Amino acid sequence: MALYKLFHYELLTAKRSLHECLYPIMVFGLIVTLFPLSVSTDPKTLSMIAPGVVWVGVLLACLLSMDRLFREDWESGFLDRMLLSSQSLSVLILIKLLAHWVVLGLPLILVAPLLGLFLHLTYQAELALVVSLLLGTPILMLIGAMGVALTLGLRNQGLLLMILVIPFFIPVLIFGSSAVGSANQQLSVTGQYGFLAGLLLLSLCFVPWTIAGILRIGVAN
Amino acid sequence: MWQFLHKYGSPKIFYFTAGRWFRWLALPSLCFLLIGLVGGLAFVPEDYYQGEGFRIIYIHAPSAFLAMGIYSMMAISAVIFLVWRIKVAAMWICASAPIGAWFSFLALFTGAIWGKPMWGTWWIWDARLTSALILFFLYLGFIALQSAITDRQVGDKASAILVLIGVVNLPIIHYSVIWWNTLHQGPTISRLQKPAMDPSMVYPLYGMIIGLFLFYFCIAMLRIRCEILKREGRSRWVEDLVREKMARYRL
Repeated sequence: MALYKLFHYELLTAKRSLHECLYPIMVFGLIVTLFPLSVSTDPKTLSMIAPGVVWVGVLLACLLSMDRLFREDWESGFLDRMLLSSQSLSVLILIKLLAHWVVLGLPLILVAPLLGLFLHLTYQAELALVVSLLLGTPILMLIGAMGVALTLGLRNQGLLLMILVIPFFIPVLIFGSSAVGSANQQLSVTGQYGFLAGLLLLSLCFVPWTIAGILRIGVAN
Repeated sequence: MWQFLHKYGSPKIFYFTAGRWFRWLALPSLCFLLIGLVGGLAFVPEDYYQGEGFRIIYIHAPSAFLAMGIYSMMAISAVIFLVWRIKVAAMWICASAPIGAWFSFLALFTGAIWGKPMWGTWWIWDARLTSALILFFLYLGFIALQSAITDRQVGDKASAILVLIGVVNLPIIHYSVIWWNTLHQGPTISRLQKPAMDPSMVYPLYGMIIGLFLFYFCIAMLRIRCEILKREGRSRWVEDLVREKMARYRL
């Protein structure tokens, strides 16, 4: 019950500041727009670079949206309440991340095929894009949350978060963009899905627990 | 075992022990480095395929080896610190990180110099090169986090956890990079078939690896002494030490 309430509360706060939830989507759209302008408008070239461009766009948009993950809770003291709660901290964090993913991750996944269309992705590639994003964005958010917990309340938090977290995003980026790329060339993509699903399970097992450990150290205080 | 850990875990005792170890290790390190460098650069016959250029291996391979070795040393120290709360282990991580970053930089740099005449390019996105680059970025990220947290106690724990996260991720990153590389394309510039090394070529390499490891220990001991003095600056024994040194050098 308490878990459901937390989930509901998170969605409610997101609803109250709806425009903020749109920022990552705008960033995503703008990043993708830059590439045809800077590389080439040739449909063939665009369709070749599209998997990487869309995935990098999603990655950066996710990273930028992570910034506010624990910030407001920390400033309002809600984080301390979570630390003192009788519920397991890692489960609470998992619920928070789930809400965060629903509010900020899902819209990105919905917008991605549209941007893929602008970059001349094939139908199979669009499908692969959606599936790989469904598997991949939760991993990005889990790893990103780890970085946020480590840098909470530090000066230059945004930049520091990027420096710390981007190296850990590399495997997800590799498998995600190669899934889309393979589908674009009508190749099988089950292998990439398998790897992404494996990474997702691995991070689901270990990351909430690690975040709880980091928050208990109290970098923020 | 416990007594040993607690004895050397005390910063005061470790300060003096580190000084002794530095004095013991400095000379052997110098000897091994001399054997390796003089042997590798002057006495070893030149390579059939690569000519004189191959001699850079005596710098390149040991640096790459050290870059990984130092990260694993940091990971072991992180476990020791998080499990037994031994402060010296955290200081060891602090002392090691910049050295590791320098060695991975050196490995990348000498690799580029080597790559130009042998492969015809400064850089290719080969799996090994890419994961070495990522290791370098991990070191930099670690140093950035450490310098951003002002509270020492919190900073120690956070950076120890970051080292452990890195250790779990390094193999994943490494294998995904290999997988990515094999999927996309074979290396465009084929690497020369590496002939099995002649013993006369290998011994200087061993000398360099041992020498550089000892060198790392020496430098880390010096750095950890500075770190201990910085952190324990308010304690009695540091005050006594400073007074004694000042008296000796008539300051």
